[in-house]
Amino acid sequence: MTIDTPALAPVERAVRVLGGDLTERGLRQHLEGLSGVDAVGLEQRAASLATRSIKTSSKAWALDRIIELIDLTTLEGADTPGKVRSLVAKALVPDATDPSTPRVAAVCVYGDMVPVAVDALGGAHGDPDDGLVSVAAVATAFPSGRASLAVKLADTRDAVAAGADEIDMVIDRGAFLSGRLGKVFEEIAAVKEACRREDGTSASLKVILETGELASYDNIRRASWLAILAGGDFIKTSTGKVSPAATLPVTLLMLEAVRDWHRLTGEHVGVKPAGGIRSSKDAVRYLVTVAETVGEQWLQPHLFRFGASSLLNDVLMQRQKLRSGHYSGPDYVTID
Amino acid sequence: MKDIEITGRGFLDYAPAPESTSILNLKDSYGLFIDGEFREGSGGAFTTISPATEKPIAEIAIASEADVDAAVQAARNAYRKTWSRMPGADRGKYLFRIARLVQERARELAVAESLDNGKPITESRDTDIPLVAAWFFYYAGWADKLDYAGLGSAPRPLGVAAQVIPWNFPLLMLAWKIAPALAAGNTVVLKPAETTPLSALLFAEILQQADLPPGVVNIVTGAGETGAALVRHPDVDKVAFTGSTSVGREIARTVAGTTKRLTLELGGKAANIVFDDAPIDQAVEGIVNGIFFNQGHVCCAGSRLLVQENVHDEVVDRLKARLSTLRMGDPLDKNTDIGAINSREQLERIRRLSDIGEAEGGERWSAPCDIPQDGFWFAPTIFTGVSTSSTIAREEIFGPVLSVLTFRTPAEAIAKANNTPYGLSAGIWSDKGSKILAVADRLRAGVVWANTFNRFDPASPFGGYKESGYGREGGRHGLGAYLRSGASTEGGKR
Repeated sequence: MTIDTPALAPVERAVRVLGGDLTERGLRQHLEGLSGVDAVGLEQRAASLATRSIKTSSKAWALDRIIELIDLTTLEGADTPGKVRSLVAKALVPDATDPSTPRVAAVCVYGDMVPVAVDALGGAHGDPDDGLVSVAAVATAFPSGRASLAVKLADTRDAVAAGADEIDMVIDRGAFLSGRLGKVFEEIAAVKEACRREDGTSASLKVILETGELASYDNIRRASWLAILAGGDFIKTSTGKVSPAATLPVTLLMLEAVRDWHRLTGEHVGVKPAGGIRSSKDAVRYLVTVAETVGEQWLQPHLFRFGASSLLNDVLMQRQKLRSGHYSGPDYVTID
Repeated sequence: MKDIEITGRGFLDYAPAPESTSILNLKDSYGLFIDGEFREGSGGAFTTISPATEKPIAEIAIASEADVDAAVQAARNAYRKTWSRMPGADRGKYLFRIARLVQERARELAVAESLDNGKPITESRDTDIPLVAAWFFYYAGWADKLDYAGLGSAPRPLGVAAQVIPWNFPLLMLAWKIAPALAAGNTVVLKPAETTPLSALLFAEILQQADLPPGVVNIVTGAGETGAALVRHPDVDKVAFTGSTSVGREIARTVAGTTKRLTLELGGKAANIVFDDAPIDQAVEGIVNGIFFNQGHVCCAGSRLLVQENVHDEVVDRLKARLSTLRMGDPLDKNTDIGAINSREQLERIRRLSDIGEAEGGERWSAPCDIPQDGFWFAPTIFTGVSTSSTIAREEIFGPVLSVLTFRTPAEAIAKANNTPYGLSAGIWSDKGSKILAVADRLRAGVVWANTFNRFDPASPFGGYKESGYGREGGRHGLGAYLRSGASTEGGKR
């Protein structure tokens, strides 16, 4: 079954897919009708994908691509403008000893730091497809999401007005777990609307499910589907503030949701695992999982991102190793 | 967003990642392992080849009738003088030692297995060899606890066991046979399959390393003639065979009228039943694992997919998409999913049966794979529109070929699943536990997997109904095949 949904507003699109009124009951029936997830089988599949052996030329390609897919992130209460400028400098020139090192896709900061990041990027601010670096802002009372809708929307508009290209929002997990799916849907759709700029273009919306709080794989599949229905451009695993954050089985499951959505509507939705991916070896496993689940056309900044901070330096050390034949050490890459 | 059409394979064309063969220290030729040492065979020799390249690996001796007799005599002597008199705890020590040596030499054994058999190194490394070690560890623990095997106090061993094993899991089938036999106090003469003798001969080296008393395990190589000589040898007390139903029948005929005990683990045509409420992505994985694991060279392979009619198209579509990502090629490459067919003979059988399937009206689809020039290869293949009367739904193909049938009600699924002369295994996929239990209860198959397939554990008995054979291997039940009850009055040979 293929449903044609060209450029529809989220609500109309959801109505089209659900084939009826967009009611709380309609949503629940649709989401509960999704095929179940067998936890053992899912984890086994993820483990078998993790045994792929990526060597030589494939490894070199993978390391560069990982850098190009990173949202270089700092989300601390102690963040300062200086820290953000330093992060931006690192995003633009990850490895000063090797000018062939690609730039990361985006920097990801709190909303009040967006002007600093935009200013620091200057002319390098833009679409990663053009070799530029985007600015992503977490919004909607990140990381807990405990605020009124009005505050969440103001938070979002604020960041977009300051120049954010991407908004990373959190869903209301309390509402989701207590079965108020309509509330979650409406919030996402409203935030999507708040991402719209005056000129009619729109910031890209990443919807953080906080999978570590969703309790079951079945819930993660339903939340993924809900976020996509409500208009998310990306579905993202975690805030990084809750453990467990991104895991390979959870990411595989979300990729399957994105794949099934594409099969149904022809639309492309991105996936962003975030939190806990620290080593190149781990990140390569995610690339393999993406390539073998949705296809390698998904390995591009508009469809896949890593939310990470320490990952970049490990990738840089691996790149140096490939180039020189020996390992250096953490003193030979810069802290940001 | 950039145009995201990719032509051909980029990243997915993973660079070669071959496992090195330098760990293997193979000899040019191997003799027979009799009475604790390698000796020349008097029946000539044959060459074992790698099915992936058709290149020779080593010369292997052929055991003549006289060699088989010498091996049985060595086993008899060892049984009488050492092994049956040894306390169980001491037999256990040897088995533990063998298990640890298998673990120590795991990589070497995995490489040898993939080289000789054609199975992907990931399978031999992650499945076969770890299970071999697990089997020896498990039965090592039983060796001094036989009183608690449910056969009365002080059960007694049978004597000399003649064991003939197949080529699909060469070392694992050896472990399934040897570990319980030795734990129970029997001695063994084992014949590995003609196309895959290599890992058994490396195992003989491990036995030397473990200082196993001479004659407790003897390994004779050769073809069907050698196996027949072993099975009909008058001084054998027990015959254990895993392989085809036709050879199993011949063996049953040979053994009939003698006092030899017999266990047979033969063919299968397992049904893998997918209900519409199954976890669909995992079910697709399970179907792939059920029939394409080990190139489908698995006697319990889920070669008949019974899928509920309302999800048939979706399951088949997803299955085809998944199969298109399988990587066929060099078994020693760590990214290979589908290795080589074990022999030319087997390849021809698979081709013949697939052609019949097409001629009988099945719709054939094969995964798009590049077939290597040399060696024996068969792309993963699905037949849809198969009916219960089709040849490919009845005969065991023993290759990467899946027949897809549909059903409407659970009763129909059960009837179709049971409508086969075999009964080795079955699979059920559903999110509903009550349905799984109700269906499993009515399937006539030795093993029924629920929401998984092809999972093995030494503690779980394995064996078939009907033409899939008799007797159980594995677990406490597996000991019963190598012991006579302590209360029994039939005298064992001493």
